[in-house]
Amino acid sequence: MASNLLEIVYLIASVTFIIGLKMMSNPKTARNGNLIGAVGMTLAIIGTIFLYDGGHEVSAITYVLIFGAIAIGTVIGWMSAKQVKMTKMPELVSLFNGMGGACAALIGLIEYPHAVETVEGFGALLCIVLGLLIGSVSFSGSIIAFMKLNGTLSKAIRLPSYNMLNNVFLVALFALAGYVLFGSDVPSYTIYALLAMSLGYGILFTIPIGGADMPVVISLLNSFTGLAAATGGFLYDNQAMQTGGILVGSAGTLLTLAMCKAMNRPLSNVIFGAFGETGKAVAGSASGIKGSIKDITISDAAILMNYAKKVIIVPGYGLAVAQAQHVIKELENILEERGVSVKYAIHPVAGRMPGHMNVLLAESNVDYDKLVEMEDINPEFAQTDVVLVVGANDVVNPAAKNDPASPIYGMPILDVEAAKHIIVNKRSMNAGYAGIENELFYDPKTSMLFGDAKDALSKLVTELKTL
Amino acid sequence: MEQFLAAAAEHRQLIYIIILSIFVGVEVIGNVPTVLHTPLMSGANAIHGVVIVGAIIVMLKTETTLGEVLGFVAVILGTLNVVGGFVVTDRMLELFKKKK
Repeated sequence: MASNLLEIVYLIASVTFIIGLKMMSNPKTARNGNLIGAVGMTLAIIGTIFLYDGGHEVSAITYVLIFGAIAIGTVIGWMSAKQVKMTKMPELVSLFNGMGGACAALIGLIEYPHAVETVEGFGALLCIVLGLLIGSVSFSGSIIAFMKLNGTLSKAIRLPSYNMLNNVFLVALFALAGYVLFGSDVPSYTIYALLAMSLGYGILFTIPIGGADMPVVISLLNSFTGLAAATGGFLYDNQAMQTGGILVGSAGTLLTLAMCKAMNRPLSNVIFGAFGETGKAVAGSASGIKGSIKDITISDAAILMNYAKKVIIVPGYGLAVAQAQHVIKELENILEERGVSVKYAIHPVAGRMPGHMNVLLAESNVDYDKLVEMEDINPEFAQTDVVLVVGANDVVNPAAKNDPASPIYGMPILDVEAAKHIIVNKRSMNAGYAGIENELFYDPKTSMLFGDAKDALSKLVTELKTL
Repeated sequence: MEQFLAAAAEHRQLIYIIILSIFVGVEVIGNVPTVLHTPLMSGANAIHGVVIVGAIIVMLKTETTLGEVLGFVAVILGTLNVVGGFVVTDRMLELFKKKK
């Protein structure tokens, strides 16, 4: 009776996961979709606690421990999720993803001795080894991604011929996994060696990848954790874990590819990081750009914008880092009061994750209708008086259209150079993460407003108020 | 070969589930606007937290102290994944809803 009921609970949970994800792909239904998924998850958890037959009498202490663990996890998870600043949110997603991976790895670690003793068959052992391996890679990889986004690990660390090193390490990892699976009389500590090597591979895999590519990596690790959860589902013949895991695995992979497509780079390029190397080569050729950089003062920029009819703001990574989303809303308000039409041009990969910029600007109450996606806004630049680029670089680099030798050639960009004036706010003349020069900055129509985004925009707002 | 076919036939339901789930996963997020990529990633992140079900099963099954301890940690980690994932996603989506 109880186990039949549990099967129904898992069925309901699986359906809520599918419906929830489906609803999350439409802005109108997204929030309810998330709630539906959460309800299904709660059902699956409660159902498992009370209806699962573990094959022996479960002591009261075990229940206390389970509820205790859930309480601890809920409090910490809830608090950190509620308190995190919206700009720090990608880090937190990465961290939670790592927790899921670690959970899957621990399950594998605990179940391994049973599988060996009871000889539950090759299938169970395979699930355990895969869950442990994928879960650990996902865990250590997510932690590195977290540290990179957090700024703890700011530089891309590249050991000499790291691609080679990584591949050798991966082969060794698979060899060890094969030994655990097929070897006879495998010593019990081998599983810990496998755990250590998987954790090591997660670090090696993530560490050479640049901070700006982290969203793609997190999305990829997200689908890894999905697979790890699915292996647990096969181990326990648990439908909710199977559907949930595979669903996230496939949806996550598709999402990863969609992000790569938005950046016009193949996934292999992100992972094996050909970017850094080609970037250097091109920086040399691009230094032949003619023209000079032109500075603009705060008051000149304010006057230019004050008397414009139409202003388009291009927010980028720098805006997110400086947490300038509230100041930019203030700037928008003042300009609108003066009768200037203001819109935001959102590049698909602006910010730290696709859609991240929309979330940030929504946080400071920017009207949804003012956020215009790239395809829709590009024809408007020609009728625009002033484009204000805040902390964006590669997404407005004309080299993507003009220079076939450029590593970003072919990436769709915002056609800001069609506007009458372009004001670029940047911290310094350093190249963007692609490591290439941007000829837009040398365009006679472009003026540079150097400084931290928040600082420069606040001054701009103050100046505008005096006009 | 015969063994392989026998195994495939025996587990055919499992194979159906895998294949159909993959298609559902692809289908479900097929036409997502870029705007929703981040919340969707976060939402999917919460859903793979279903791994917590496995951690609870471990605790209900295990008879060793080591199993209890590791299971306890696993349940905490899984809960973090589930609760944190859903709450963060809700916070993101709340922002989308507010305007208008």
